[in-house]
Amino acid sequence: MNVVQQRRPVALAAAGALLLLALVAGTSVGAVALSPSGILASLAHSAGLDVGNPLSQTQFALLTQIRIPRVLLAALVGGMLALAGASYQGVFRNPLADPYLLGAAAGAGLGATIVIAYSPNGIGPIATLPMAAFVGALTGVGLSYALGAVAARHGGGSATLLLAGIAVTAFLTAIQTVVQQANSDSLRQVYSWILGQLGAGHWDEVRLVLPYMAVSTVVLLFAGRALDVLSVGDDEAITLGVRPRQVRFVVLLAASLGTASAVAVSGLIGFVGLVVPHVVRRLAGSSYRSVLPVSLLAGGAFLVLADLVARTVLSPAELPIGVVTAFVGAPFFAALLRIGGGSS
Amino acid sequence: MTASSGGSEEPELLDVREVSVALGRAQVLDAVSLSVTEGGWTAVVGPNGAGKSTLLRAIASLVTCRGRVLIGGVDASSMSAKERARQIAYAPQVPLIPEAMSVREYVMLGRTPYRALLAAPRGADHEAVARALTRLDLESLADRMLRTLSGGERQRAVLARSLAQEPRLLLLDEPTAALDLGHAQQLLELVDDLRRDEHLTVLSTLHDLVLAGQYADRIVLLTGGRVVADGAPADVLTAQALAEHYGVSAEVEAGPSGVRVHPVRPGRAGA
Repeated sequence: MNVVQQRRPVALAAAGALLLLALVAGTSVGAVALSPSGILASLAHSAGLDVGNPLSQTQFALLTQIRIPRVLLAALVGGMLALAGASYQGVFRNPLADPYLLGAAAGAGLGATIVIAYSPNGIGPIATLPMAAFVGALTGVGLSYALGAVAARHGGGSATLLLAGIAVTAFLTAIQTVVQQANSDSLRQVYSWILGQLGAGHWDEVRLVLPYMAVSTVVLLFAGRALDVLSVGDDEAITLGVRPRQVRFVVLLAASLGTASAVAVSGLIGFVGLVVPHVVRRLAGSSYRSVLPVSLLAGGAFLVLADLVARTVLSPAELPIGVVTAFVGAPFFAALLRIGGGSS
Repeated sequence: MTASSGGSEEPELLDVREVSVALGRAQVLDAVSLSVTEGGWTAVVGPNGAGKSTLLRAIASLVTCRGRVLIGGVDASSMSAKERARQIAYAPQVPLIPEAMSVREYVMLGRTPYRALLAAPRGADHEAVARALTRLDLESLADRMLRTLSGGERQRAVLARSLAQEPRLLLLDEPTAALDLGHAQQLLELVDDLRRDEHLTVLSTLHDLVLAGQYADRIVLLTGGRVVADGAPADVLTAQALAEHYGVSAEVEAGPSGVRVHPVRPGRAGA
């Protein structure tokens, strides 16, 4: 066996352990501390096992109605953003690509702004804000893709698509700014949405996004080999019998669906989709068969921990989670670049 | 499979018929016809902008063209991408090197046309990769990242990937472009060995006429998208043809190792 082949299971196990640790920490730490053993016993009890429930009724409600859904949502969103980011990077052969690149962020921002500005209390029973963000994100990506496809008819490729994404982002952001300026009383709410939040993390949100994320995750985890082939360039991929355009379309579709659902419930949380895959690549090698699943696990762990910091540092106030991911993530990233600089 | 066997009349391995390519308004290839017999080494030469690379790309179905490309008697446009990939391997002039990929992983990509895109490599794939690594003397580098390799080692890795692909035809676009003379020679020797031992047919572009004259057993001279000469090196690489199509002043000498082209300063030839 050689080093490279052994790296994958080790990296997967390490990232899995990290996620587990983060989940335990995330559920136990907070304004009311719950011991990990108490949590486990309590969960076992409610699953019908013959152990006593060490938690009080209030503690149990806190655990199952607030902590667990919030931590789960953080893990889902973080994992999804990291996985989508890694996929975008593979499709564009560019380590600087992130899941917001093709207009998902701008589209979601516009959708959210419109709802906040014109229908702050929602319409009926439907969760309008997540829906609007979701639809907005997919619309943004769809516009970029359509524009890129038209422009690329004569030659061009992924670079054209990137430029289309930039154009669509600028356009949608401009509209969003206009709506925002015309409704300045909603500025604060829009702003806090843009910075990302998991405060509304209830089971409803988890249930809302889980199906989309599941589909997206399954598709993307199967795309590793295809993205590895794409890494030698479109021409050589074609002469290896692969159709890069199809691979790109399927992967972007799945990644955008996942991104849209993450954005719908958490706003715009930056940095995760860019940095987590980058760190993973440095530690686990650059084959997408490793990068994709390890990013999924590590991204989940990262966001759970970031959320933990966000809700405890200024407790009872909460920091926007996007601030934490950047504030904690950037120095860590810089340190890693410095330590790992130039090594393989 | 589309192998041509049993026919009384053996078709050429590659038959290019009246292939024309237009990129935008520019007519890059104009009714190019050529055929390549199994087992040989054909070099496409010509001045810059003659359409050499485009010809290789057309044969690899990377650009849309008019005309027909037959591989083993079968129209390439009627094959699936995967079928084509089992017949033709292509190494571009500047291969995109995924830097943090190991040599072994990279060579394994050559096995892509032999299994479903999502499937894991099987025993035969690992064997082919091991064989290609051994053949190109890359075993000791197999677990190194591509970015840590020298230019010559990278070219060998690209060749190993093409070899693992087990094609019948190997298309090499300026394989020596990034190499110094010593490494260029070593690489071409290696290609020649592979051609003999692995029953490969090589079609390469070579801008270096000195090397083309030494290694190819057939030369196709392309100028302005048209074939102007096609035949044995001694017949194509004449002082007159070089002067006419390259505007170069050279002496040409036939020797036991092939044709030797010596560029000499204008006005001082024939001394």
